[in-house]
Amino acid sequence: MLEFSILFPSVLNGLTTGAVYALVALGLTLIYGVLHIINFAHGAALMVALYAVYLLKTWLGIDPYLALPIVVPAMFLLGYALQRGVIERASHGRDENILLVTLGLAIVLENLALLVFKSDTRTIETAYTLTTVPIGPAFIAVSKLVAFVGALGCAAVLMWVVARTDLGRAIRAVAKEKQGARLVGIDVAHVYAMSFGIGLACVGAAACFLLPAYYVNPQVGGGFVLVAFTIVVLGGMGSFAGALVGGLLIGVVESLGGLMLGESLGQIGIFAIFITVLLFRPQGLFGARA
Amino acid sequence: MKRDLLRIAAFAFVVAALAALVDSGVWLTFIMMSLYGALLALAWNILGGFGGQFSFGHALFFGCGAYAQAIAQVSLGINPWLALVLAVAVAAAAGVGVGALSFRYGLKGSYFALVTLAFAEVFRILAVSVGFTGGGVGLMVPLRESAGNLQFGSRRGYIGLVLGFAVAALVVTAWLRHSRFGARLQAVRDNEDAARAIGVDPFRTKLGAIVLSAAFTGSAGAFYVQVFQYLDPSIAFGAHVSVEALVGAIVGGMGTLWGPIVGALALHTLAELTRNLFGQMPGINLVIYGVVLVAIVMFVPRGIAGIARRRHD
Repeated sequence: MLEFSILFPSVLNGLTTGAVYALVALGLTLIYGVLHIINFAHGAALMVALYAVYLLKTWLGIDPYLALPIVVPAMFLLGYALQRGVIERASHGRDENILLVTLGLAIVLENLALLVFKSDTRTIETAYTLTTVPIGPAFIAVSKLVAFVGALGCAAVLMWVVARTDLGRAIRAVAKEKQGARLVGIDVAHVYAMSFGIGLACVGAAACFLLPAYYVNPQVGGGFVLVAFTIVVLGGMGSFAGALVGGLLIGVVESLGGLMLGESLGQIGIFAIFITVLLFRPQGLFGARA
Repeated sequence: MKRDLLRIAAFAFVVAALAALVDSGVWLTFIMMSLYGALLALAWNILGGFGGQFSFGHALFFGCGAYAQAIAQVSLGINPWLALVLAVAVAAAAGVGVGALSFRYGLKGSYFALVTLAFAEVFRILAVSVGFTGGGVGLMVPLRESAGNLQFGSRRGYIGLVLGFAVAALVVTAWLRHSRFGARLQAVRDNEDAARAIGVDPFRTKLGAIVLSAAFTGSAGAFYVQVFQYLDPSIAFGAHVSVEALVGAIVGGMGTLWGPIVGALALHTLAELTRNLFGQMPGINLVIYGVVLVAIVMFVPRGIAGIARRRHD
């Protein structure tokens, strides 16, 4: 059972899925790091982005990878608008309210999708859907390889933006000390909305990389949201490096768990990690604050 | 306390009288489902409204109660009335488990919401995977109508049952408003550090609240099984129960006695109206619940009961 020729493809598969998980989790952790709220609508946003990619492909014939420059800005705008128009207005300065509002948004988005698209699971066909390439003893789907490279590329861009640009400096300033940031002339509400927008833009990119090898239905976000939470909690809330490492780790755990315990029970491994980390080390592996 | 109890008695009398006078099955079902929603909201309100701990996974307790009720009857052949006690006990035990784990490690706010959500999801997957729950196929409770078997020919019997639970939950809520324990719980909600400084044990207080809350949620689960005689993992541990419980309490007004009743009634009325307007469409109810939730938090964060009280003052 533990032969290399079985384990290796499984680990490889896990890493490719994990990279996309990491991208989704990066968005979540950015939003948490800056706004100090948990975005319960993150999975629903991914679902919306997946449907967008799906519709672009089936209606206009746009390849998922070419849809990136459409879906990513669109998700950014959606995030910016949601933060400015709904979440900020509803918060009344209380975190519990934000928690409830993002939950409400998730419920609305998911069930609107159910109304419009019914609960059917949909997939797309591309020229490269069935193409595989050999890596060592394993064959891996091209789409998964692209997802792996693309997700890591997006993560690199995001980390560069946060580390090197003026916007990134403003984001970090607000995350650390929003009162101080306001005093030196940073528009905090704008930075909040930018962060929320970038968080959803990550989800948009993840959707483009995901769909060629995946599917979409109204509930698809639910699975991802707990996985993304697990990664964020594991890596430490607000930590980018943690989200990256955590994402890859969770991808491998899921893949190996599925191999050994079967599809549905394999998921338990993720939740076991989630609950254990949350209880015993809520600051995560890379988090500094307790 | 006395005034609250009198009002609760009056409420019970009015509902019972309505159920006795109304003849249409549609209205009896409406009364029954509103009370069921109210029971869920009342249960959530004990922990969320009075304790300030927002659970997103009350389906966990609902499912534990429901599965205990179903399994006790189907596999163990226990009388449903007895199973009811068992169901409440199992749900309360789940409350002890989740509460002890999360409060011991000081989880609150978003973290508590997350961990409850995760526990409900773990139990859903377990219920699909293990044998004694009937797996994904679910469990059927055989139809044998008799009061001794807790299956009633008319909706009125079930209304009596759920009214009993709801009144018990109301009495416990009234007790929270006037007792020492309730005062401690609200102190922990408002400022945990200050509460600890004056000698309140936050861990034990919150644990007490989650156990009460879980027990009543479990009774709603057991009630569901008796009425619909069918249970599967997504009915038991799915998100819609958690959502209905918390939205009902928040819409009505958290931390109030009558808020959950008002909220559940408002939601069910809304749900019925949309069903009449748009027909049976999947998801439409939850879309409305979500919109109402966002709108309430945005415009009237204290809920319907909050508006009423402001007028009154």
